[in-house]
Amino acid sequence: MKVNTQSNLEKVLKAGHLGVTSECGPPRGSDPEEVKEKGSLIKDHVDAVNVTDNQTAMTRMSSLAACVHLKLMGIEPVLQMVTRDRNRVALQSDILGAASFDIPNMLCLSGDHQSFGDCAQGQNVHDLDSMQLVQTVRHMRDEGKFLGGDDIKRPPKIFVGAAANPFADPFEIRVPRLAKKIACGAEFIQTQCIYNLDKFEEWMKQVCDRGLHEKTFIMAGMTPMKSVGMAKYMKNRVPGMDVPNEVIDRLAGVDKKDQAQEGIDICVEAIQRLKEIEGVSGFHIMAIEWEEKVPEIVERSGLYPRPEV
Amino acid sequence: MIIAKKKPMEEIIEEVKDFDKILVFGCNECVTVCEAGGKKEVEVLASALRMYFMTHGGEKEIFEKTVERQCDHEYLEEIRKDIDNYDAIISLACGVGVQFTAEKYLTTHLIPGVNTVCLGANEDRGLWTERCQACGSCVLAKTGGICPVSRCAKRVLNGPCGGSTNGKCEISKDVDCAWQLIVDRLKALDKLDDYEKVAPVKDWSTDRAGGPRTVTREDVNI
Amino acid sequence: MRLKCPTSFRIVRVPCTGKVDAIHMLRAFEKGADGVFVVGCMEGDCHYNQGNFRARKRVEQVSEILEKVGVGGDRIKMFNLSSGEGPLFAEYSIEMDTKIRELGPSPIKKGKKVKNANAA
Repeated sequence: MKVNTQSNLEKVLKAGHLGVTSECGPPRGSDPEEVKEKGSLIKDHVDAVNVTDNQTAMTRMSSLAACVHLKLMGIEPVLQMVTRDRNRVALQSDILGAASFDIPNMLCLSGDHQSFGDCAQGQNVHDLDSMQLVQTVRHMRDEGKFLGGDDIKRPPKIFVGAAANPFADPFEIRVPRLAKKIACGAEFIQTQCIYNLDKFEEWMKQVCDRGLHEKTFIMAGMTPMKSVGMAKYMKNRVPGMDVPNEVIDRLAGVDKKDQAQEGIDICVEAIQRLKEIEGVSGFHIMAIEWEEKVPEIVERSGLYPRPEV
Repeated sequence: MIIAKKKPMEEIIEEVKDFDKILVFGCNECVTVCEAGGKKEVEVLASALRMYFMTHGGEKEIFEKTVERQCDHEYLEEIRKDIDNYDAIISLACGVGVQFTAEKYLTTHLIPGVNTVCLGANEDRGLWTERCQACGSCVLAKTGGICPVSRCAKRVLNGPCGGSTNGKCEISKDVDCAWQLIVDRLKALDKLDDYEKVAPVKDWSTDRAGGPRTVTREDVNI
Repeated sequence: MRLKCPTSFRIVRVPCTGKVDAIHMLRAFEKGADGVFVVGCMEGDCHYNQGNFRARKRVEQVSEILEKVGVGGDRIKMFNLSSGEGPLFAEYSIEMDTKIRELGPSPIKKGKKVKNANAA
């Protein structure tokens, strides 16, 4: 399979290995050590690290700056970029900025609404939507042109991804929506956290029936539960999240001090099961403020060591 | 129509307290229908202001007038003969009416009495909801007659975003997800296949982004 | 039935309380009334279905305005009774009369007096 960028993630996926990514949220301050520390905890166990872009609309250190810190440590970043805060001028400009540091991956998102964050009275931009952002990156890379039509000197070489939620409403378009993202040029997909494995497998089957898994790399999103409280919160409060009662019951069934370990076990078992599913090309492990557990999850899931490509 | 909402009385009082002769000026169009700035609201606000100043010292004269439209020269002319009687006008029209009145009567202070909210519909008694943002290039033909620009909190043209849950928007359980409505309508029209057509990057130059907008029609300009 | 009612109020008859607009109540205060009470049919028994519900909403609206302009929101109240309940009407009128006497004269009257004194 032809490799288009210097992305290690792209190479791993295209060589037919299961890819592993994780994520790291930039701090609410200017201290780069926090990012570096999170990065160093996981760097040997993943192919690339997503850096979130003001997630939940809370103002944080810029994703691009945090990516640069990781890149300088020799860790490959996935630059997350939301369309909430920047218009097409700023988006294209940041894409070039990222490419200037040879940041080779991007994940295109619309971003949580600003009303969730610390700037609820702020404007939102949404000049482009997430699919159009995917198109834009591909256009800049493949055509070597800006949206305005001019040539780009040294076009950005970026492996482009998008998010998908296998459990999202409206259910009729769960698969068509993925097809649309692929049509826009999404080369890899990172999914919403998966807890309802049956439902995910059902979605995956429909994806495979349409042959979509051959047109993109689908990385299953995994987030270990720290406690039964977190599981309940995810079930009841987080939009688009499907947490079956079995997961909650299983966590509730062990001592409070053992719940975190149980959460890791559930996560590892899920990865082991999904590894065997047609269409799953890798795992995106989002251990929120729990990065130190990523190595254990990766190792126990049989995904370590990471391949050299 | 244009939907407006009455400003809090305290805010209006604060703005007019230094004037002595005040006209409360209504409009018979949209703001009458949405019960924010028609003749009735003019009467009520004028009466309330009179009572406020009677009980708080200031000696004021409060006048009342409602015209057919504040966004039209000919109706606005109706107050010209009396304009010198007023130190200030509280206009209960939408932002258009307030400005048009201000432009016409350069030396009279103009104070808005309503907040102009949106272009919307009279959905139910006491419920007005947004339907259009006047983006200047309508996409409704492609979205089942439901507008993603005005009704999606992120104006996502290829939606929905990941926040759509049980048909509702992530910002509130009281807000419908526009893309759920679009998908439902496309289904009802037996056009769900159209969903997969990607909406291209939008030309927002016809939106407010392009600066103040004008429609010029040579054919009706005599 | 010869029932005793206070003589302090004037009755304004309307076909239905739904006919009473906010401005009618406000005008009464503006002209110096110390209190206003609106007496409608029992809720659910309106001949026009919703007349007395509309009246209740408007009374609430006027009460809020009166509070904001310094007249006092307690000076207006809505009562409901059926047309056969003369004694209850008398009772409500006494209740309102007592209440308004407790509150004292409307500040509007004082304002007017000051104004007239200034004019003279």
